[in-house]
Amino acid sequence: MPDTQAAVAPRALTEKTLRVPTEKLPRVVIPARLRRFLSPLALVLLWQAASMAGLISPRTLAAPSTVLASAWELVLSGELPSHLLVSLGRVLVGLGIGLSAGVALALIAGLSKRGEEVVDAPMQMLRTLPFLALVPLFILWFGIGETPKIALVALGAAFPVYLTLFAGIRGVEPKLVEAAQVFGLDRRGLVRHVILPGALPSALVGLRYALGSAWLSLVIAEQINATAGIGFLINDAREFLRTDVIVVGLLVYALLGLGADALVRLAERRALAWRPTLVKG
Amino acid sequence: MADIAPPASTPLRVRNLTRRFGRNTVLHGLELDLAPGSFTALLGRSGSGKSTLLRTLAGLDPAPAEAVLDLPRPVSVVFQEPRLLPWKKVWQNVALGLGGGDARGRAARALEEVGLGRHLEAWPATLSGGEAQRAALARALVREPRLLLLDEPFAALDALTRIRMHSLVLDLWRHHGPTTLIVTHDVDEAVLLADRVLVLDGGRIAADLTVDLPRPRRHADPGFATLRRRLLGELGVDLQEAA
Repeated sequence: MPDTQAAVAPRALTEKTLRVPTEKLPRVVIPARLRRFLSPLALVLLWQAASMAGLISPRTLAAPSTVLASAWELVLSGELPSHLLVSLGRVLVGLGIGLSAGVALALIAGLSKRGEEVVDAPMQMLRTLPFLALVPLFILWFGIGETPKIALVALGAAFPVYLTLFAGIRGVEPKLVEAAQVFGLDRRGLVRHVILPGALPSALVGLRYALGSAWLSLVIAEQINATAGIGFLINDAREFLRTDVIVVGLLVYALLGLGADALVRLAERRALAWRPTLVKG
Repeated sequence: MADIAPPASTPLRVRNLTRRFGRNTVLHGLELDLAPGSFTALLGRSGSGKSTLLRTLAGLDPAPAEAVLDLPRPVSVVFQEPRLLPWKKVWQNVALGLGGGDARGRAARALEEVGLGRHLEAWPATLSGGEAQRAALARALVREPRLLLLDEPFAALDALTRIRMHSLVLDLWRHHGPTTLIVTHDVDEAVLLADRVLVLDGGRIAADLTVDLPRPRRHADPGFATLRRRLLGELGVDLQEAA
């Protein structure tokens, strides 16, 4: 749309106001997708210029060029990949435990009345706790090794999935369940063909929240006496006032979060192809 | 599908069916007999208990212990809304819960019969209201029901689509011969489709009329107008007002 606008605008509505400038400017048409990146790019260039002009001290914030160079060095030395693997490992194990627990509890609470009575009340109470505030307790319980870090990630991932899957199961259209019953589906068939697919959109939203929450938990967890991982890289860099390395660590966190979100969105597009908003014609 | 001979069927027999919701008695010792393969329409004002009766026959509402329910089986239902599972393709919806082999082939044949042969792989969200309701008809028929319950199935469709659906339902009924009961609030629809029209009032069958008009039936037929007037009278609509 913006492309055509750029091409058509001078002759259409804006003839009078825009005639002079458009005749003088060369017609460079930038695709809309790229245009979104223009202002972030401008900010980075501004940052670079300010750093080069000495307006931003490297102790406050390293220049983008320095950050890139340090990132490259860290990759080449193998330092960044090894820390990244440690962090990824923590997230994957924590997510595995947290998602399994969240899904299992949501199925128990969602599919049976008694299960709801037993499971839902404590889950709703616990969820009001800011789970990051549990760090001191976790250190007392699990020490300062890998366990409290993984436990924190697991806890951060479990609640969003529990809440959304439980709500999704309970939100399945009763009329659809009724129709499926008329057509001979038993309890298992109902769960498999009606209830779980119906709860899936909600559960996938929960999965995205869970991933976001897991990354946040990882950042906090890696502040606990870590000797490896992206968080350790950042803390270690702080000791030496290496703002460039700190920014590299932050960028890695951001990219991991983006990547995870993109994966879930891809999964959504495949699993929810039936949704009216995604169905074409 | 005409080659499928309708298997011998039992009559439908209901005795002593009482349903209460709180202090409100919806069905009051109801008795109902339907001949095998007959097409009956059930009329009634809203709140007359016609939906409760249909839901009880469909097994969706529990029948009280003292009631007698002898039903031809299997039973299929077409609801007012299509109630297709949006996450299953059209043919999978029709084949849902279907026992026996070649579920897909049977679903495909049923869909062809209702004119949706080209939509097997479509998502329900892409169907029009009429198409979705035809898919729901295919889903009901693929089970070869001996009792077909239709719960105001055309109420949400536009007038033109409804006319097409009427002739489709009659065709399917002739080919498959299930005992058919349609709940409707539309007197014209009842007279157009059914051989017998029941009016439910106060939890009992208040009127029982035989429609003895040749098919295809037309509104212009004098017999049609007579029946229509009588039924409207039973439903408490003033004739002068209605005309």
